[in-house]
Amino acid sequence: MIELENVSKSYSTGAPAIKKIDLKVEKGEFVFIVGNSGSGKSTLIKLLLKELEPTEGIIKINGRVLNTIKRKRIPELRRDMGVVFQDFRLLKDRNVYENIAFAQRVIETPTKVIKKRVPAMLSLVGLSEKYRSFPKELSGGEQQRVALARALVNNPAILLADEPTGNLDPKNSWEIMRLLEEINKRGTTVLVVTHNREIVDAMNKRVITMNKGVVISDEKKGGYLYED
Amino acid sequence: MKISTFFYCLKQGIKNIRRNKLFSLASVGTIAACIFMIGIMYSVIANFQHMIDTAEESVSVTVFFDEGISQDKINAIKLKVEQRPEVSDVSYTSADEAWEGFKKNYFANNPELAEGFKDDNPLANSSYFEIHLKDVSMQKSLVTFLKATDGIRQVNYSDATASAMTDFAKMVGYVSMTIIIVLLAVGVFLISNTVMIGIAVRKEEIKIMKLIGATDYFVRAPFIVEGIVIGLIGAAVPLFGLYFVYQEVVKYLAGQFQSITSKITFLSSHQIFAVMTPMALIIGAGIGLVGSMITIRKHLKV
Repeated sequence: MIELENVSKSYSTGAPAIKKIDLKVEKGEFVFIVGNSGSGKSTLIKLLLKELEPTEGIIKINGRVLNTIKRKRIPELRRDMGVVFQDFRLLKDRNVYENIAFAQRVIETPTKVIKKRVPAMLSLVGLSEKYRSFPKELSGGEQQRVALARALVNNPAILLADEPTGNLDPKNSWEIMRLLEEINKRGTTVLVVTHNREIVDAMNKRVITMNKGVVISDEKKGGYLYED
Repeated sequence: MKISTFFYCLKQGIKNIRRNKLFSLASVGTIAACIFMIGIMYSVIANFQHMIDTAEESVSVTVFFDEGISQDKINAIKLKVEQRPEVSDVSYTSADEAWEGFKKNYFANNPELAEGFKDDNPLANSSYFEIHLKDVSMQKSLVTFLKATDGIRQVNYSDATASAMTDFAKMVGYVSMTIIIVLLAVGVFLISNTVMIGIAVRKEEIKIMKLIGATDYFVRAPFIVEGIVIGLIGAAVPLFGLYFVYQEVVKYLAGQFQSITSKITFLSSHQIFAVMTPMALIIGAGIGLVGSMITIRKHLKV
């Protein structure tokens, strides 16, 4: 599903963010990527979204080789992946319903389908009552659930979550994790970047630990290894 | 693009205007100010041009024929002159008509004096053409042609008037061109400033859309709709203002300077706005379009 071969990324200034990473994530896996700040986790997510280009190495997602995808084809790639960010990144001037519907409008889904699909997503994340609210009227946990609904509305093969609980309290963090697990059970490959030790340790999933741009451990059923 | 997507983009573009009321208002204001100035300039220039055209129409070349020339020959010359590209119209005055005109002018108070010439027209050889030109600047080439034409005795024309008018028309052209270029430059500067503010608001939004998998055109379309609508509103507002102001100003000038207005006529507001309305709307939509294109272009590369 996701394959990295000898991937490096260095910025014009300073040391490389990622050094010669080899990584393979199979379909239906649930993977944590952990490490402290500066370990290259966020760069990894950006590479997968083709927001950044690797300096060397090959990245394959769902059979596509990212390196050779033309700029015009990038949207197709991103539509196969749902994304959730630490800062939610909702469209502030649209209500909950429109935020989720937006992901469907982008792929030109008929309005009829949108009208069925969005409420289904809202009930999955438990926000059916708040579909008319605007992001600023919601708590952090609620906003992240909207973001999650948006990421899932198109049934992506892969869900990338970049520090999804970074701005949330423990209760909301667990709520989001429970949803991610639920989504994974339905067949979506889930990749979660985090440094929430408690959650990683409790969930007993595959854990890839990064430090200074290098993978230092990859455990099938692991815990949060890295010591700050 | 699917039709539903087209309408979605249209709707979003119009919603965007309401979502960012302050920004939209600033943009409309900027475009309106710009178009108001251009509108005023256009009114002034168009009237100047109109006055010059009117004055030019009164400039004519008069042609007298050789003594004893036959009427057939005169008709032949008329035909030839009328075919010249410089000529707008040729009017023929026969010797008898010339004399009638002369009598009216000079013997109006004592017609008995004129009676003495009854059977002997003193202006026997004074039948003439009065030739009006399409453009005064063409006078020289026409005069050269006329002088070389067989059967023509004399060509009366005023070189000084013609060249002064040509120069004046040229000057008005240059001055108005300069002013319009300056106005457009000022407009673009103002718009680019307004757009800079817009970028700050939109940067995050565009990035999110792209990361979700929106194509460039899907991101761009609502912005383009927004730009064009703002441009059209920005053009419509000053058009209403100008329509009112123009009528008042013409009325005022006509009242204040009656001695001049007998010689000079202003263009009617219909004549002015028949050109200005589409011009302003196109410029407005154009500025809006270019403005929004510039705003988003940089941020599409996510």
